[in-house]
Amino acid sequence: MTLLQAAVPSVATASPEPAKPKRTWPIPVRIAAGFLLLTAASAILAPLLAPYEPDAIDLNASLAPPDGAHVLGTDQSGRDLLSRVLHGAGPSLVAPLALLALASVIGIALGTLAAWHGGWVDAFVSRVTDVMFAFPGLLFVILIVSVFGDGLTTAVVALALAYSPVVAKYTRSIALAERAKPYIDAYRVQGMGGFAICVRRLVPNLAPSLIGYLVLMFGQVLMGMATLSYLGFGAQPPSSEWGLMVKEGQAALVRGALWPALVPGTAIALVVVAFNVVGVRISDRLGVRER
Amino acid sequence: MPARALRITLGLLVTLLAASFVIFGAIYAAPGDPAAFLVGGQEDATPEKLAAVRAAYHLDDPLWVQYGDWIGGVLHGDLGRSMQYHDQVADLVSSRVPTTLFLVSYSAVLFVVAGVALGVLSAVRGGRVDGVVVAVTTLLASIPKFVKALALVAFLGVQWGWFPVTGAGEGFGDRLHHLTLPALSLALGELAVVSRVTRQSMLEQYAQDHVAVARAAGLSEFKVIRRHVLRNALAPVVTMCGLITASLFAGTVVVETAFGISGMGSLLVQAINTHDFPVTQAVLLLMVLAYMLVTTLVDLVHPLIDPRVRLEGSAA
Repeated sequence: MTLLQAAVPSVATASPEPAKPKRTWPIPVRIAAGFLLLTAASAILAPLLAPYEPDAIDLNASLAPPDGAHVLGTDQSGRDLLSRVLHGAGPSLVAPLALLALASVIGIALGTLAAWHGGWVDAFVSRVTDVMFAFPGLLFVILIVSVFGDGLTTAVVALALAYSPVVAKYTRSIALAERAKPYIDAYRVQGMGGFAICVRRLVPNLAPSLIGYLVLMFGQVLMGMATLSYLGFGAQPPSSEWGLMVKEGQAALVRGALWPALVPGTAIALVVVAFNVVGVRISDRLGVRER
Repeated sequence: MPARALRITLGLLVTLLAASFVIFGAIYAAPGDPAAFLVGGQEDATPEKLAAVRAAYHLDDPLWVQYGDWIGGVLHGDLGRSMQYHDQVADLVSSRVPTTLFLVSYSAVLFVVAGVALGVLSAVRGGRVDGVVVAVTTLLASIPKFVKALALVAFLGVQWGWFPVTGAGEGFGDRLHHLTLPALSLALGELAVVSRVTRQSMLEQYAQDHVAVARAAGLSEFKVIRRHVLRNALAPVVTMCGLITASLFAGTVVVETAFGISGMGSLLVQAINTHDFPVTQAVLLLMVLAYMLVTTLVDLVHPLIDPRVRLEGSAA
């Protein structure tokens, strides 16, 4: 009994001293993370959650304001906006994820190759990325779309190609520093091949930095995808991808119906903001290195 | 100095050549016959029409000759013929360039003035003011341009009727009125970077001895900030503002579409939708040119703002 009582104060004195930083998340980050989980869940459960079919046309209820029957109102064709936004969460989130994955595979491969090989390979990769950086914003993507026609697949591949130089540049910069470390030489002395060192040792060691960087990029990638769909080059009707929904809702704006454009617009903005809040936190944790 | 200017200009030319080659060569990346691609989506592509396009584009010549012909024409102001309007592309483009230039300049003025003001406010007041500025500008940067554009249309245009919702207007005053919302939707997202660069650069100056000396000499805090802190902090801010202005040209694609303004950006979207590739090429080329010119100008002007760069340049 006395032993237990004696033990309690010692625990109490031990706990306040900050042996390591507290692993609690600030409230905004929790809210943002909760919101993202909710969005992901609704993307998966949309068929169960949505009160209507996303493409059920009801011309009697065209441009209805939010009321009991339609919680967020309806669009021009009388389609329920809440149902459409819920069903649109899937394509709106999966397409940017897919293109980021593709961009990171290409970018990491090119960046590692340039850093590892050096010389003319490095110079060549740098020149190619320089030319791609000469196209500001989405112009490179627009060039690809104008040649291969629009559609979700073309848009995803085009955006992946456009973002891959960004990943390549970052990968190259951190891979150069990593390559100079002695443990790489140690593997080489043991007779390990260059490719094996890169794939099994170098890239895995860069992974935390790379993941942190990619997480920070995701908001931007999602905006790029939504912008392409808004311009009509990405997802095609009858999809309820959010950028496309904004495009379709725009016509009703001048007639005084704000909901069809603003509901999906707000959805995009909320997801990007939430992702940025969580992303900054995650990349801080993973220690994204300065370029 | 001249050596540096020459190097920068040469770099510009090489990159421009490469970019223009990519834009030109895109015809050959398209699946199928390039002539059919250039005629673009038209059902009535008769053999005569295809032959005419083949001749107009010298499609039977080697690729380098074709490219030479095309870029030579561009240098003489001949951008080819539009497949859709049966009009000279140069005429089509030149009627729209002023609107886009006006929009980009207007937007640049807005984000520079507001961004620098917010940055100064953040640096001078710090604490809670700084936190609010960071939170609001970051929020604005996290909303896509087209959503901002439509939100502005919805509230300031339709609900309160302060601004017209489409068109570009006639005459300077009317144009200013018409382009306020488009310029705002371009500018709002850039406030975050500009204000943060201004704040950071000013804070670096605050820590230096010359500021303490100016204070000790009895200068008012306003004069210290304006003449000593802000003046010395200006170089990175000007560079950043120049780079952002250059990238605004690409942003007009979205904003002009959202506001139904007939400028370069909306012309590009139309050209893609009507499969009018000569127009697409011309607009892309001009946008890349504008972007490269502004970024190069920033590089060239940098030593004039910051004498330290000038010294480093001469020593090297």
